[in-house]
Amino acid sequence: MATATATALSLTEVAPAVLALVPAVSRAFRHRSRVAPHRRPALKCHQSRPLTAVAAAAAAAAGDSPSTAVFHGECFVVGDNIDTDQIIPAEHLTLVPSKPDEYRKLGSFAFVGLPTAAYPTPFVAPGEEKSRYAVIIGGANFGCGSSREHAPVALGAAGARAVLAESYARIFFRNSVATGEVYPLELADTGAWKECKTGDVVTVDLANCIMINHTSGKQYKLKPIGDAGPVIEAGGIFAYARKTGMIASKSA
Amino acid sequence: MASISAAAKASSAAFVHKNELAAAATTQRQRRASASASGRRARSVRVRAVATPSRAPRAPASTGSVKSAMTTTEKILARASEHASLEPGENVWVNVDVLMTHDVCGPGTIGIFKREFGEDAKVWDREKVVIIPDHYIFTSDERANRNVDILRDFCAEQSIKYFYDIKDLSNFKANPDYKGVCHVALAQEGHCRPGEVLLGTDSHTCNAGAFGQFATGIGNTDAGFVMGTGKALLKVPPTIRFVLDGEMPPYLLAKDLILQIIGEISVSGATYKSMEFVGSTVESLNMEERMTLCNMVIEAGGKNGVVPADETTFKYLEGKTSVEYEPVYSDAQARFVSDYRFDVSKLEPVVAKPHSPDNRALARECKDVKVDRVYIGSCTGGKTEDFFAAAKLFFASGKKVKVPTFLVPATQKVIVAEKIY
Repeated sequence: MATATATALSLTEVAPAVLALVPAVSRAFRHRSRVAPHRRPALKCHQSRPLTAVAAAAAAAAGDSPSTAVFHGECFVVGDNIDTDQIIPAEHLTLVPSKPDEYRKLGSFAFVGLPTAAYPTPFVAPGEEKSRYAVIIGGANFGCGSSREHAPVALGAAGARAVLAESYARIFFRNSVATGEVYPLELADTGAWKECKTGDVVTVDLANCIMINHTSGKQYKLKPIGDAGPVIEAGGIFAYARKTGMIASKSA
Repeated sequence: MASISAAAKASSAAFVHKNELAAAATTQRQRRASASASGRRARSVRVRAVATPSRAPRAPASTGSVKSAMTTTEKILARASEHASLEPGENVWVNVDVLMTHDVCGPGTIGIFKREFGEDAKVWDREKVVIIPDHYIFTSDERANRNVDILRDFCAEQSIKYFYDIKDLSNFKANPDYKGVCHVALAQEGHCRPGEVLLGTDSHTCNAGAFGQFATGIGNTDAGFVMGTGKALLKVPPTIRFVLDGEMPPYLLAKDLILQIIGEISVSGATYKSMEFVGSTVESLNMEERMTLCNMVIEAGGKNGVVPADETTFKYLEGKTSVEYEPVYSDAQARFVSDYRFDVSKLEPVVAKPHSPDNRALARECKDVKVDRVYIGSCTGGKTEDFFAAAKLFFASGKKVKVPTFLVPATQKVIVAEKIY
């Protein structure tokens, strides 16, 4: 029987570092913050200087610095290719994230789509609205599938502060930063999810780009979050844009 | 004699062309010889300067060699961001031609839009926002129906031109504006046009790449931003090219082709990349089959899919849209991050086994698997072409289904097409 003839010619002209999704995406947000605000006519802009100058001035005024956030708590461990339907099943998507009470409800449904055979410990205990796990550890292609922003929202609403994964699907990463709900951090190496167990106590230190698993004693290097960090810290792209003077504050 | 006068002219000019120099050198002797013969003193040829002859000025664009070669995706984003050229990896502010949202993400997007731009804010262009309730409709679920009400109120307040409303929940045929599944409706209503940028709050927005445009999915917050400004910050993706050649066997559909590809590169094989589909097989596909190819780009993690626009595209669009469009095409010298070639005539029907779209297997390897249920529908599988293929099999195999079979045509127009058939 004839089999498919498929010839994969890798004409890789770009350095492997650029092909690696993660540093390229971090650079995306570094570039993003350098866009001159005057190119957004619909938003009222104070200055037309390049954003780096504006951001630097605002940062100096606000006491901002490269992400120094530290998270400490129990971790929840999942594997590769965790999709958005596992994070928040389609049946819960009638909940509108911009409505406060429905936002909280989304949190209570975070990760209910995970198969119980593989994941016997629920992320959110029955009857609770929030999770005991502050940090999620995952494998490759975390957040693949749908574009539903409900996914990072559900995790953030449940109280998770950061996801540490080997790589991310594009829309999930973008949504995480835009909403400021969770830090989508990238592990420098693979295999962490195989060594960590749900319930291990971990510390995530952004300034030093490291995750320490106190229960196992192992440490894991993180890739720097780059300019996505301040956006998340501010509370998402709109809040960041206001904080740095890119757009007028709402009272103006 | 002619060469002597030419050399003499050349010597008095500001420069001497190198060809003329050689001529001048040889004729110098001749001239001296003839001058002494005729008694006239020859002027010696003194070369003062050598330079290339001046050329008429040429605009760089006309030579083609100064502009950098770009793929279709790069060209679309360059034009939409008003850059002469772009390279993969660049982050640019892009003018959006169409923003689509539905009943799942629309209310959240509207909430963010009003919160950030103000309760009285207006969308950037009431003709470029297309709102299509399609996910949780014709249901008794109160919250689902409330979400469609939110869309309706917003469209009324903003005078949104394209809102495919549902009012009569008891009978879908009683809704004149209702279209159906958003991605197929967008195509059938003429909102997909070559060369444009279409963003939608749904991962399968990449479906529209079949029209030779840049189409991709975004979340509520990004969409809220676009609603207010008409712009989005996008990173230019590199392109993987898939060349599909050979005659399409009658037992294959576009779904087999894209499942073959996803099985080849995995569910994250095209993450942050564009997938461009070319080749004689692609050219032979109709628009619905091309949409199927691009629809599942997201299943490979892809950012967007592209099929170059051609006569098939233009014919499909006739009568559907009055908006002018300008298709773009990959340059011959454009760089692709990798190339995959398939001889379609040698492919077999394939399936994706549980639980991943890249868990590819030959259909004949699964012939002993007991099927519990069949579903023919959705943006990927609920188009006219899919039902024609199913009908052919149905008639050929005795006109009886053996397991519960659910048929969900994507749009009202698909149902009408079936009636004609």
